[in-house]
Amino acid sequence: MSQPPPNNALSRRKFMAGTVSAAAAAPLLASRAKAETPIGAQPKLRQPVVTSLRINKQAYELSLDTRTSLLDALRDHIGLTGTKKGCDHGQCGACTVLVDGKRVLSCLSFAVMNDGKEVTTIEGLSSPDGKLHPMQQAFIDHDGFQCGYCTPGQIMSAIGCVNEGHAGSEDDIREYMSGNICRCAAYPNIVAAVLQARGETRGA
Amino acid sequence: MRPFVYEQPTAISAAVAIASRFTTHDDQPTRANAQFIAGGTNLADYMKLGVAEPNRLLDLNQLKEQELRQIRVTEDGIRFGALVRMGEAADHREVKQRYPVIADSLRLAASGQIRNMASLAGNVLQRTRCEYFRETSWHCNKRVPGSGCAAMEGFNRQHAVLGASDACIATYHGDFAQALIALDAVIHAEGSRGARKIPFAKLHRQPGDTPHIETDLAADEIITAIEVPAIPWARRSLYLKIRDRESYAFALASAAVALDLEGDSVREARIALGGVATVPWRAKEGEEALRGKRLDEASASAAADAAFAGAEPRRHNAFKIDLGKRTLVRALLETRDMKV
Repeated sequence: MSQPPPNNALSRRKFMAGTVSAAAAAPLLASRAKAETPIGAQPKLRQPVVTSLRINKQAYELSLDTRTSLLDALRDHIGLTGTKKGCDHGQCGACTVLVDGKRVLSCLSFAVMNDGKEVTTIEGLSSPDGKLHPMQQAFIDHDGFQCGYCTPGQIMSAIGCVNEGHAGSEDDIREYMSGNICRCAAYPNIVAAVLQARGETRGA
Repeated sequence: MRPFVYEQPTAISAAVAIASRFTTHDDQPTRANAQFIAGGTNLADYMKLGVAEPNRLLDLNQLKEQELRQIRVTEDGIRFGALVRMGEAADHREVKQRYPVIADSLRLAASGQIRNMASLAGNVLQRTRCEYFRETSWHCNKRVPGSGCAAMEGFNRQHAVLGASDACIATYHGDFAQALIALDAVIHAEGSRGARKIPFAKLHRQPGDTPHIETDLAADEIITAIEVPAIPWARRSLYLKIRDRESYAFALASAAVALDLEGDSVREARIALGGVATVPWRAKEGEEALRGKRLDEASASAAADAAFAGAEPRRHNAFKIDLGKRTLVRALLETRDMKV
């Protein structure tokens, strides 16, 4: 897959030049971790790395420990706690978000690897006037949850599933949504919700 | 998790140069201080568990060489760039037409999210899911050489019946690799000692006395492409995967099959087995048993018996021998009946 170049997000370089005060920028620039960095300026262990993310159409600049997962960056650093931590090992799907439009597991992605990317979380789905995304509305209409813990991940995954073209039949939906576990077993209602919303979801 | 320095090399040569600066030629790639990352679905998980402990990660996603991201179909076959994601290859029209066994193996692996993240090269290098390997408080010869193997006397229902040794019975859990070994794929790699091609069958190493040596790769070597030769009759091929639940689970037994038929009889058969062996497993004995034969239930069963002749069960995994044979028989008959 070709990785699109950073688009809407400010590039780190532009951001450094334009936004951060000189005193703050100097140490941050030294933390740049590119291969062309001269030997004298090699990145060091535990040195925070500045990461630009565009989340729900808003730009963020974070100074992160390299070990921070995208999930923890969203929840703990930005305060977007709609994305849930279930297993934290890529087995449950609760942490699903869209990165550059594709559904991924934010628990298995280091935040620094998402520099310059566009992230959509459950908080970014509804319209500014509060109108729910068709997939959110469909989950309510079909009672697609009980406890609700897996629901943000289910909804993000359902949108990805539709946009990938894999919601053609109930069997397809079951197969291509299998990475999202629901311990309340709301599966039949989830399938019904995806069927309802698939026509209105494409490209959303 | 151990702290690590994060770097984003922008050329293969730069990535190799950094890796060779921070590793030695004797380092195993999975145990080296500097390690490559692409999708991260396997490595990030094992870093969280303390199984993998690199202190430097080289992110390959910014490499400028565009062929790393391309699937190219030519007269000679198909060439997958190493950074192509599993989902892209699974949905590729010509992959589905020309090599159904490849598309099946990818579609039936992992989940939609993981297939969007995981690169093809990373997928073939995924490490075992052996519970005693994953949990660092157990003895494991693969994780800590010479420490012993807790799986031998432990709960070994998931473990291998083919290719095991007294040191290790951990299963290779990948699916795509079974399709690749069946089709005689070739790996292209680049390292500080130059570029080379590795027959896919030589990429993974059986555990023997050194289960910590998992592949033939050096620590500073990067897989750049996976090439599958043109095999016109591979249109008659499929991957059958049997598991505890219908989707998003590793195989208990699987079979990759491709058949060159002349009427009812077999000119050539390709068979690889998953979920039952320590490495991607080509079953040449099974292939030979079918050559020139009419393919029916009896000859398919004879081939399955031949494929599992060397199987060695442990306490909890003996069922895999029968299940593996039945899986192969069904895969052979379904492949025979494909409309191509």
